[in-house]
Amino acid sequence: MNDTARSEARSSGGSDRGFLPDGEARRKLRRWRGVKDHFARYSVGTFGVGVIIALALIFIYLFSEVLPMLRPAGIDVASSYAAPGGIDTDTRYVAVNRHRDLAVRYTTDRRAVFFLPETGAVTHEVDLPLPADADVSAFTFAEPRTELVAYGLDDGRALVVQHRYNERFSETGRQYRPDVVFPVMDGSDPLTVIDTVGRRIKAIGLQRGSGGVSIAAALEDGDMRLVRFEERTSFMTGEVTVRRVVHELPPLPQSALATRILLDITGAHMLVGDDRGFLHYYDIRRPERATLVHSKRVVRGGGAEVTALDYLLGTVSIVVGGSDGSVSQYMLVRDDDNINQITFVRDFTSHGAAVTQVMPEYIRKGFATADAAGLVQIHYSTSARTLAREQVGDRPLAVIGFGARANALIAVDDRERFYHLDVRNPHPEVSIRALWGRVWYEGRSQPEFVWQSSSATDEFEGKFSLMPLTLGTLKAAFYAMLFAMPLAIAGAIYSAYFMSPKMRGLVKPSIEVMEALPTVILGFLAGLWLAPFVEGHLPSVFSLLLLMPLFMLITAFVWTTVLAPFVRQFVPPGWESAVLIPVVLFTGWFCVSLSPYIELWFFNGDMRQWLTDVGITYDQRNALVVGVAMGFAVIPTIYSITEDAVFNVPKHLTQGSLALGATPWQTVTKVVLLTASPGIFSAVMIGFGRAVGETMIVLMATGNSPVMNFNIFEGMRTLSANIAVEMPEAAVGGTHYRILFLAALVLFVLTFVLNTAAELVRDRLRKRYSSL
Amino acid sequence: MARKELTTTSRDNPGLKAWFGQGTPWVWLSGGAVSISMVMVIGLILLIAVRGLAHFWPAAVVEFDYVAVPGDDPVRVIGEVNRSETMTAQAMREAGFAVPDDQALVSRHLIKQGNRDVTGRDFIWYLEDGMSEWRYPADVVQIERLQWGDFFGFVRSYLIDGIAVAQGPQARAMFEEKLRETGALVEQIGRIERFDIGNVNFRMERLRLRQRGLELTVDLDPSTRAQIEAELEAEQTLLEDEYEVLEAQRQALRDEVGRFAITVETMEGRMVTIGLADIVHAWWPNDMSVPAKLSHYVGEFWKFVSGFPREANTEGGILPAIFGTVLMVLIMSVVVTPFGVLAAIYLREYAKQGPLVRTIRISVNNLAGVPSIVFGVFGLGFFVYFLGGTIDQTFYAEALPSPTFGSPAIIWASLTLALLTLPVVIVSTEEGLARIPSAIREGSLALGATKAETLWRTVVPLAAPGMMTGLILAVARAAGEVAPLMLVGVVKLAPSLPVDGNPPFLHLDRAFMHLGFHIFDVGFQSPNVEAGRPLVYATALILVLIIIVLNLTAITIRNHLREKYKSESD
Repeated sequence: MNDTARSEARSSGGSDRGFLPDGEARRKLRRWRGVKDHFARYSVGTFGVGVIIALALIFIYLFSEVLPMLRPAGIDVASSYAAPGGIDTDTRYVAVNRHRDLAVRYTTDRRAVFFLPETGAVTHEVDLPLPADADVSAFTFAEPRTELVAYGLDDGRALVVQHRYNERFSETGRQYRPDVVFPVMDGSDPLTVIDTVGRRIKAIGLQRGSGGVSIAAALEDGDMRLVRFEERTSFMTGEVTVRRVVHELPPLPQSALATRILLDITGAHMLVGDDRGFLHYYDIRRPERATLVHSKRVVRGGGAEVTALDYLLGTVSIVVGGSDGSVSQYMLVRDDDNINQITFVRDFTSHGAAVTQVMPEYIRKGFATADAAGLVQIHYSTSARTLAREQVGDRPLAVIGFGARANALIAVDDRERFYHLDVRNPHPEVSIRALWGRVWYEGRSQPEFVWQSSSATDEFEGKFSLMPLTLGTLKAAFYAMLFAMPLAIAGAIYSAYFMSPKMRGLVKPSIEVMEALPTVILGFLAGLWLAPFVEGHLPSVFSLLLLMPLFMLITAFVWTTVLAPFVRQFVPPGWESAVLIPVVLFTGWFCVSLSPYIELWFFNGDMRQWLTDVGITYDQRNALVVGVAMGFAVIPTIYSITEDAVFNVPKHLTQGSLALGATPWQTVTKVVLLTASPGIFSAVMIGFGRAVGETMIVLMATGNSPVMNFNIFEGMRTLSANIAVEMPEAAVGGTHYRILFLAALVLFVLTFVLNTAAELVRDRLRKRYSSL
Repeated sequence: MARKELTTTSRDNPGLKAWFGQGTPWVWLSGGAVSISMVMVIGLILLIAVRGLAHFWPAAVVEFDYVAVPGDDPVRVIGEVNRSETMTAQAMREAGFAVPDDQALVSRHLIKQGNRDVTGRDFIWYLEDGMSEWRYPADVVQIERLQWGDFFGFVRSYLIDGIAVAQGPQARAMFEEKLRETGALVEQIGRIERFDIGNVNFRMERLRLRQRGLELTVDLDPSTRAQIEAELEAEQTLLEDEYEVLEAQRQALRDEVGRFAITVETMEGRMVTIGLADIVHAWWPNDMSVPAKLSHYVGEFWKFVSGFPREANTEGGILPAIFGTVLMVLIMSVVVTPFGVLAAIYLREYAKQGPLVRTIRISVNNLAGVPSIVFGVFGLGFFVYFLGGTIDQTFYAEALPSPTFGSPAIIWASLTLALLTLPVVIVSTEEGLARIPSAIREGSLALGATKAETLWRTVVPLAAPGMMTGLILAVARAAGEVAPLMLVGVVKLAPSLPVDGNPPFLHLDRAFMHLGFHIFDVGFQSPNVEAGRPLVYATALILVLIIIVLNLTAITIRNHLREKYKSESD
C-alpha cells in the first residue's frame, strides 16, 4: 500500500526535474487539488442525496396518486341568473351537456329552451307541439342519459320529447345545433293517447329500455295505465316497427294518490310513490297480468310523505326523499320465496327541510338532492356517503339538473332563479367502508365483500372491496409459510449446529441457487406441472405428509441403533441429511405410486370427485399449489437469516450447556433456539414480507378469483397479482387506477414496516450477541 | 460436540423411549428438512433441464391401432408419445373414457399426433388397453411447418408445378434434396420481410412524422416549406421505389419456392398436399442413426436459440426474448452502477454519521424487500405516464396521439429495474466500504492526499469487490424479474428488436420481449398450451442458464478482484 501511495504522490507531483516543483507550480497544483476535492465532495453529495430522494420519491409518488381520493368533494355556486326564457313560467326539468357549454330547460308553458349554463343566455328555443286547450297536469323524465322527458295533459294524452344537443366540430371549435325530437308517435301525431275517455293524467312515468319506450300514468280517478311501444326489428329488411300496446293496471290500494311513477329499463318492475309515504311495487313482466306485489312505507317520520323519488343509474336502486328531509335508498331484493320485496338499504345525511328533488347522475351511482330550504347535497350510493352540501340562495329549490359528467349542477328556486354550480367529485366511490366493509351492492341479497372492478355494461356498479384481495394475500402467505417455516427453520438449525462443514459447503450454494431462481419459473412449474400433478395424485400429498417423517424416523432408528457400528467409519455424523436423501426420494416415489391405490381403497377411485361430493370445492390451481411454490421461494430467505442467527450464538453458551450434561438436542431447544429466537422471528417476518408481495407465482398458480375463504383447495386473488392483472387496463387517473395505487401503497407500507421491524429486532440481537 | 454424543448413544443400543429422550430423532428430522430442500432444488433444476433439453431430441414416432370402445373398428394412430400416466379407472370414466367396470387402474398415453389443420386436435390421450402393439414404421415423416405445427405422415409423391414427378421412396429422396434448396430460399424471404422491408417501413414512418412535423410548424416562410416538402416528396418516391424492388424480389422467390410440393398420407389415409414454401424442416425420426439424431438435436437447439418466434410464440425461436432480456439488464447496469456506488460512497464517506443516516440506511436496506410489483406501479405511473408523456408532448408532438415514449418501453423497464436493484448495490457497496480498515484511509490522508484522492485512489478500488457483488446480485435479480416489467415495457410479441440498422440504432422507446414474460405468456396465455409446453421448459432452461452464467461470470470477476486487492492491501 505504501508503494502505491508513494507512486501516486510522485505522479501527482508531476515533476522529474527536481524532487520538488517550484512554489508557483505547487500552489497551483494544491489549488487544483482543492478544487477537485470540493468538486468530488459536492458531486458525490448531490448524487447521493439525489438517489435517496429518488427512492423516497417512490413513496411520495404512490401517495400523491392516492391523495386525490382523499380530497373532499365540493360544490360552489359559479353563477346565478334569472331563468332563461322568462320567469313567468315554471321550470320542469333542466340538464347540462357533457362539455358544460349547453343546457336545456323544459317549462310548463310548453317550451324547450337551450341556454348557456355559464351566463343563462338563450341560444335556441323550441315550442313543443302541445295543444293550447289542454293543461299540463303531469311531468316526468326517464334516466337522464336517455335525454327523454314526458308531459302528461289533462285530456288523457301525453307527449314524449327527446332533446338533442347535436354537437359538431368545425374550425372554430365545438358548435351546436340543438333540437328536439319525438321518439314515439301516434301515427304522425307526436301526442299519444293514454286514456281514450280523456281523463286527467295525475302522474306519469317514462322509461326507455332495450324493448322500447314505456309510459305509465295514474289517472284522476286512480286508474293506472301502462303504454308500451314495443320495437321490433325485422330480420328481412332491418326495418324497425313500433307496436303500441295499452295495458290496464290494478289501482293503488285504499285510493291512495300516485305522486311519482318509476319504470325500470328491463320492463319488469314499476314503482309508484303515493301521498301517504308508501311505495308500491308492481310486477309488470307480463303487463296484461300485472299485479301489485307489495307496498311498503318508505318514510319513517310520522305523517311524513314521499316528496321526491327516483331511480339511480341502471334503475335498480330507488332513492326516496321525504317531507321530513330524510334521504334513503331502497332496492328490490328477492326474499326466500323468490318474490321481490322493497328493501331498505341505507340512509344518507338528512336535509333540514322537505326534499324537493332527487336527481341521479348520468354515468355513476351518485345523485343530488335539493330541499325546500335551498340546500343541495350530493351523495354516492355504493360508498354510502354524502359527499358535499351547499346552501344555494335562501329560497326553496324546485328543480335541479346534472351535467352529463356530473361536474356541473343547475339549481332552480321557486322564483325561477337559476344557479349554476361547480361540482368537484372525481372519486365518490371510495370510502373506508366501501374499501374495507361489507357493502350492499345492487342485485345482491345482503351486504358482502366483493372485488369486481369492471364489467361490460354502462350501468355497472364498481365493487372495490379490498377485503377479498387482502384475505387472498394473507391466505397465500399463510400456506406458503406453513410449508416453508418448518423446512427452513429446521434445516437452518441442522446446518448451523449439526451439519459437517463439508456438507455445509455443498448445501449453502444450493440454497443460494434456490434464492436466485426467478419466481416466474417457480410459478410456471407450479401452474403447469405441479397443479395437474397434485390433482392427479391428491392422496400422495397427504400420505407424503404422514409417511415422510415416519420413514425418516425409521431410517434414523435403524441407522443409529442397528447399523451404526458398521457404517460409522464410512459415513461420519453430520451427514444425516445425505443419508436421508435416498429415503426422501424413495418416500416420494412410494407415495406417488401408492396414490391410485389409496384412491381406490378410500375414495371410490377418485379423490377429487370425492371432495366435491363431500362439499369441498376443488380448483386445480389452488392454495396448496401456491403454498408449495411460494414456500419454495421463501425457504432460502428464512433459511439464510435463521442459519446466520443460530450459527452466531456464542460458543461458550452451547459449550456450557453441553458441559453441564445436556444432550445436543436439549442444548438446541433450551439454549440455542432461545438465544436465537429474535433472529428466527425476524427471518419469519422477512419471509412473510416476501410472500405477501410475490406476484408471478400467485398469478400463475392460482385461478385469480377473489374468494373470501381459507379453503386450501381453492385459489385466491392477491393484492399484487390483482395489480399485475388490472393495472394496464385501468383508465389513468380514474378511481380504479387510484385504488390500484392504494393497493400498491398498502403493500409497500406493509412490507416496509415488516422489514423495518425485523431489522430492528436483528440489530438488537447483534448487540446482545456482542455483549454476551 | 454434537457428534460425539450421537455416536455414544447409538453404541448403547437404547430402547425407543430413551432414543427419543436423547433427541436423536429430532436431529434426524431437522436433517430431513435439509434433505427435502436439497431434493426439491436439484429435482426442480433437473426437471427443467430434462424437459427442456428433451424437446429437441427426435423422438421415435409410434404407430398403433386403437379401439376406443370395445367392438369398434380399430383406428390407426401415428404420433409421438408425449407422456404417460396411470390413473384410477373411476377418474377416467368421469373424464369420458370407456373403461370396463371391473377394471381398477388404467394407463394412458398422451400422443402428439400433429396435423392440427386436418384433425383439429394435435394432442390426444389414448388408453393403453385399446392399443395394439406399437410399431415404428421407418418411412413415417415428421414435418415442421411454418403454420399449424408439426405434421406426421408418409411421403407419397413429389410435385413440381402441381404435377407428380416421383412416387414413393424416389419422391422422398427428391423432396429431401429440394428441401435444402428451398429452405435457404424461405430463409431469404424471411430476411427480406423482416429486415429489408421492415427497414423501409421504418424510414417511411420517419418520413411521415417529418411531414406531420412540418405541418405543425407554423412560422416557416412558404418557399422554405415548399422546398422541404419537395425534398420529403422525393425521398418518399425513392423509398416507394425501394419497396417495389424488394416486393418484386420477394414475389419472385415465393413463386420459385411455390412450384414445389409433396403429397403426404395422414394416419387416417387422407392425402394432403404441402407446399415446400410452408416447410421449415422434415425428418424421418424412425430412420435416423444416432449421429444423425445428434446433428438434428444441435440444429434444432440452435434454431431455438437463434430464431424468431412463430405461431403465437408456441413455435420457433426465442432470440428476441434473449436479446431483450440481456439488453434490458445491460442498460439497467449502466444506470444502477454509478448511482448506487455514488450513493453508497456519500452515505459511508461524506454524510455525517448519525441517527438520520442510520434511518436512511435501514430504509434503503428495507426497500430491497418491497415487492417488485410496487416498483412496477411506480414505473408505470411516473416513468411511462408522467415522464414519457411529458417527453412526447415536448419532443414528439408530431407523432401524437400515438405515443413514442409515453408507452411501455425498454428504457422505462430498465429504469424501473434500476430503481428496484439500487438498494442491493448501495447495501453491498457500503458493506465493501465498511470493511476497509481505517488505517488505510488514515495513511493516505497522513501522506497529504485530499479526501477525494484518498477515496478514488485507495478506498474505492479496495471496495470494488463489494460493488461487483452488488452488481451481480442486481443483475441476477433483474434478469429474473417479470412482474414489474409486465407494466412498464414487456410485450408478447415485439415486431422489431430494440437495436437495428436504423439510426439511432438503439431504440429506447420500443417495447421488448423478455424470457421470463415469454414463459408466462406461452405457458398461460397461449391458445395451445400443450404444444407450447416443451418450449416453456426450454425457455426456462435458457433463463436459468443465463442467470447462472451471469452470476458465475460476475463471481469470477469478484474473486479475481478480491485476490488482487487482498495482496495489495496486506
